[in-house]
Amino acid sequence: MSEVQEAIVEKKSEPLFSKKNRKLISDPLNDSNPITVQVLGICSALAITVQVQQAVIMSLSVLFVLIGGNIIISLMRNGIPDRIRIIVQLVIVAALVIIVNEVLKAFLPDISEKLSVFVGLIITNCIIMGRLEAFALANKPGPSFLDAIGNGLGYAWILLAVSIVREIFGSGAISFPGMGQVKFLPEGWFIGNGGFYENNNMMILPPMALVVVGVIIWIQRSRNTKLIESH
Amino acid sequence: MKGLHNFIDKKLKPNFTEGGKLSKFWVVFDALETFAFTPGHVTKSGAHIRDGIDLKRTMFMVILALVPCLLFGTWNAGHQYYASIGQEADLWAKLGVGALKVLPLVVVSYGVGLGIEFVFAGIRKHSINEGFLVSGMLIPLIMPVDVPLWMVAIATAFAVIIGKEVFGGTGMNILNIALTSRAFLFFAYPKQMSGEIWIHDVASNKTAGLLVDGHTGATALGHLANTVGKAADSAEVKGIMAQFEPGGMFSFENSFLGLIPGSIGETSTLACLIGAAILLFTGIGSWRIMLSFLIGGLTMGWIFNLAGANAFMGVSPLHQVVMGGFMFGLVFMATDPVSAAQTATGKLIYGFFGGFLSIMIRVFNGAYPEGVMMAVLFMNVMAPLIDHYVIQANINRRMKRTALQTA
Repeated sequence: MSEVQEAIVEKKSEPLFSKKNRKLISDPLNDSNPITVQVLGICSALAITVQVQQAVIMSLSVLFVLIGGNIIISLMRNGIPDRIRIIVQLVIVAALVIIVNEVLKAFLPDISEKLSVFVGLIITNCIIMGRLEAFALANKPGPSFLDAIGNGLGYAWILLAVSIVREIFGSGAISFPGMGQVKFLPEGWFIGNGGFYENNNMMILPPMALVVVGVIIWIQRSRNTKLIESH
Repeated sequence: MKGLHNFIDKKLKPNFTEGGKLSKFWVVFDALETFAFTPGHVTKSGAHIRDGIDLKRTMFMVILALVPCLLFGTWNAGHQYYASIGQEADLWAKLGVGALKVLPLVVVSYGVGLGIEFVFAGIRKHSINEGFLVSGMLIPLIMPVDVPLWMVAIATAFAVIIGKEVFGGTGMNILNIALTSRAFLFFAYPKQMSGEIWIHDVASNKTAGLLVDGHTGATALGHLANTVGKAADSAEVKGIMAQFEPGGMFSFENSFLGLIPGSIGETSTLACLIGAAILLFTGIGSWRIMLSFLIGGLTMGWIFNLAGANAFMGVSPLHQVVMGGFMFGLVFMATDPVSAAQTATGKLIYGFFGGFLSIMIRVFNGAYPEGVMMAVLFMNVMAPLIDHYVIQANINRRMKRTALQTA
């Protein structure tokens, strides 16, 4: 009896950054990345990666909603009846998304306008519902918090990588929230001004985002052959 | 010849085989050797009858079929240039101007494409496939004369990597490689793929006031797209349509011979037909696709004739199919054995809708005057679906037959 109690006490006192918990952060960055491996949250990744500043704000919004949702659901996990858990999750996520949306509208109206419906659509982002269902409902707030950070960052780095490629080749510029868009190519380079260069218009179109994500998946799978499904 | 062969076999080959000094470059050696000589590979099990026409020789026949288009295109590039500034020039002067524009395109296309093929063959440790030999010749032929070379390089790289290597290399691609590169350019650099680029230097000659009246540098389809949405009896539309009458710049005769501005190799229906004859005679191109593609195009042209809502729709079906890249797409793009439908019935359906959509897109959507590219790419995507239903129908028919017999 006392042994069992001791075991429980030991489990409770497991440090927040134990090896197992550190994996909660590192795994989603790489081998179980929500976008490239689980292929979740693709629509927003394709839609808002034209500029880096949009991608940064979107990533932060998703990170905030994910952390908030995971912690709240994890705290409530023993009180939520199983049959209505999806509705409860939706209410919490929707509340968090509304907060994010209002904050963006108040303080970053330009970017908020460019992100348009995609902030609202965070509610239906599969990554968030997936983490709430798969992790937060069965784990304590501490690990849930780490899991949210891991998945949020896994989402964020893909968005950043895609948007950097798209903005540099599509607009010949780079942008960051608070800095605006900086065009770093000399005007004289462009064909219209007697130069030789032209921005790649296809990079601005969503299909190219799909291609860029595809290339990232390709590189990832050729480095780690475990990820390749057998047929 | 025999001495050369012996020298290569005895002296050079050991350097490249396993353990040799240059074994890293085996794929390169292998590719060049099998290109020059019939490969000495033998099957390891069972008896197989092997045809002398392997992939390399198939590709070579297609290149041969492309030569008329290439030569005519080179001459026409020069011809259009001198015609636009109203100068007389002899055959060699025209060929010279054309060669200066066309040869760099060919070199860039082959250089970039084959370079990528060599790298992938090295990484994946397979012998170099010959698939790019034809694509590398098709790409320059479907480019405008004045397209910047670096754009061609990027488009070729995109088409080879994203269009082909991603799917596993030669024979695995869903889309036609050459058309993929053109579609990429079309969407990536729209300004450089439309407007005043079809004749060499037309834009600068225009600002300098050197252009002859009537030469705007636009293609036949570009002119026709301008008539859409305007009253058929307005002066502007009448002026444009007069060019399509006998004796005009875009008359049936000129369009058939190819004396009109356009992408380098596509203007001449005659040159395409010579190519088609070579492909059909050697059995490399599918007559089913070519015939049904033509019928599809004529059918759509005829339907537009009946509708006749604007001047573009009123163009006769025969005139429609000799303009633009229709014939070139019919002979060299739609018949691509990898991306086309594989079943006999499927080929008929595939070809018919390819031609049908080509004319439909070019008339309905002024933004895409070159409907053939879109139509063939679209049908490439649909080809597996067509094949699937053709095969299913065949299975169902035979199942019914056996069920009847056993019952």
